[in-house]
Order: sequence, then structure tokens, then C-alpha cells
Amino acid sequence: MERKTKINAEDGNQDLLITREFDLPLELLFKAYEEAEIVAQWMNTKVLKLENKKHGSYQFETSDAHGNVVMRANGTIHAFVPNRKIIRTFEMENTPFPVQLEFLEFESLAENRSKLSMQIVYRSVADRNQMLQLPFAQGINRAHNRLQDVVSNLK
Amino acid sequence: MNLRRDVFQAIADPTRRAILLLVASHAMTAGAIAANFDTARPTVSKHLQILTECELLKQEQTGREIYYHLNGQKMKEIADFLEPFRNLWDDRFNKLEAIMKNYTQKKEERE
Repeated sequence: MERKTKINAEDGNQDLLITREFDLPLELLFKAYEEAEIVAQWMNTKVLKLENKKHGSYQFETSDAHGNVVMRANGTIHAFVPNRKIIRTFEMENTPFPVQLEFLEFESLAENRSKLSMQIVYRSVADRNQMLQLPFAQGINRAHNRLQDVVSNLK
Repeated sequence: MNLRRDVFQAIADPTRRAILLLVASHAMTAGAIAANFDTARPTVSKHLQILTECELLKQEQTGREIYYHLNGQKMKEIADFLEPFRNLWDDRFNKLEAIMKNYTQKKEERE
């Protein structure tokens, strides 16, 4: 299946651009970011707080299948313009990753088509590259754990 | 996406990563590869088998000898660190899209 999401991360830059077109009217796309209940569903996280206003803040908490908290993240909302843009910070708690700045822009392409452009600015080029590699590293860790499970079963 | 997982398993092991580094410079026989490790020969053979199954290594018969060489294309595939990051977001956005399509339907049903 073709991946619809595009990532543009130029060498030597400390930001990246995520773009995606949706088969949804603009209002519905924005609603998915606006309503805590819906954010919780697609981000697969618990939304502890979501204040959609200038100087508001938000907090997410993600647990694994056993109910252990695996990630907490929070941020401050700097701009909230319905159906147009959200500017906010994002920080993962209890990790060495510094806070990042996110510019989300929503636009309508057609009646049932909309686009999200998300620019994320990191503190440094190294921080950006580390974040980019995180899912790759997690993939390796998961494989490694499976490998260990298999090996320990052999013993 | 079984293939991707297999590749991750293959490179999760330090010995297998060492084998890939060795073979990267030039094609080698199993014996020549094993000579570089303290591990038992059958263990090295097992590693070679896994790497071959994941298509990270290719076998090539030259006379009576089988040479292992690196599959550059496959290595490039896993060297693309961006791909898992993109997949993570793509999965999230697919879910968002599915939920919101359903959301419209639900709303229409209520009206």
C-alpha cells in the first residue's frame, strides 16, 4: 500500500516537514485535533488535558497493554485558529529529548479533501536526527526482544 | 511486512552485524568468514543462513566455493532511517482518517 504521508528532512537542518492529504473535509480534519476524545483514539493515548486556546496547555499519557505508563508528553499552545493553524510545543517527560516547536497548518483542497502540513523545529540537528531514528531503534529493540524470547525458550 | 521484521532481527545481533561489515569489503566464503570469529563454525553458519534468508547476503557459486556478498539494495532499504518514522505517522493519520470518516457517518445517522 502506498504511504500517503511525506516527510521532508533536509540534511543539516534542525527541522522537518510532515505533510499529508486526507479524504476529509477541512472541518473534520481539524476536529480530529480539537476534540480530546478523538485525539485519544487516533494517537492511541490518554488525553489528560487539552486546552485549545492561546497559552493553553495539553498533556498525554500513553500506557502499554499491561497498563504501565510508557510515555507522558505535554506542551503549551501558542496559537489556536480553528480550521487554520495550531502552534504548540511538545515535550516527552522524563526523557533526554528537549522540547520541540510544532507549526500545524490546515488547508482545504476540495469539498472532501484537506491537507495538513506540520513543521517541527528541534533544538539541534542532532536532536532532530535522534528523533527521526527513534522508531527505527524501537523496531530493532522489539526484534531483539523477540529474539531473546525465542532464545530463552530454546534453553 | 514480515520481511522488514526479519531484517530487523538480522541486524539486532552483534555477530551478524560484524559479518555484514566483513563482507561489505569483498565477497567471502563461509570458512573465511568463520575464521574471523571465536564462535563455533555451526554458529557462524546459522548466522549466515539468517542473513541470507533476510536477503542481506547473497550467495554466489564460484567453482566449488560459495561466496557470500552483501546485497546493497537490501542494506539501503534498512539504512533508510526515515521509513519507520514515516510509517509511524502514516499509520496514525490513516487511523485519524478512518475515525473521522466514521464520525461523519455516525452524525448523518443521528440526523
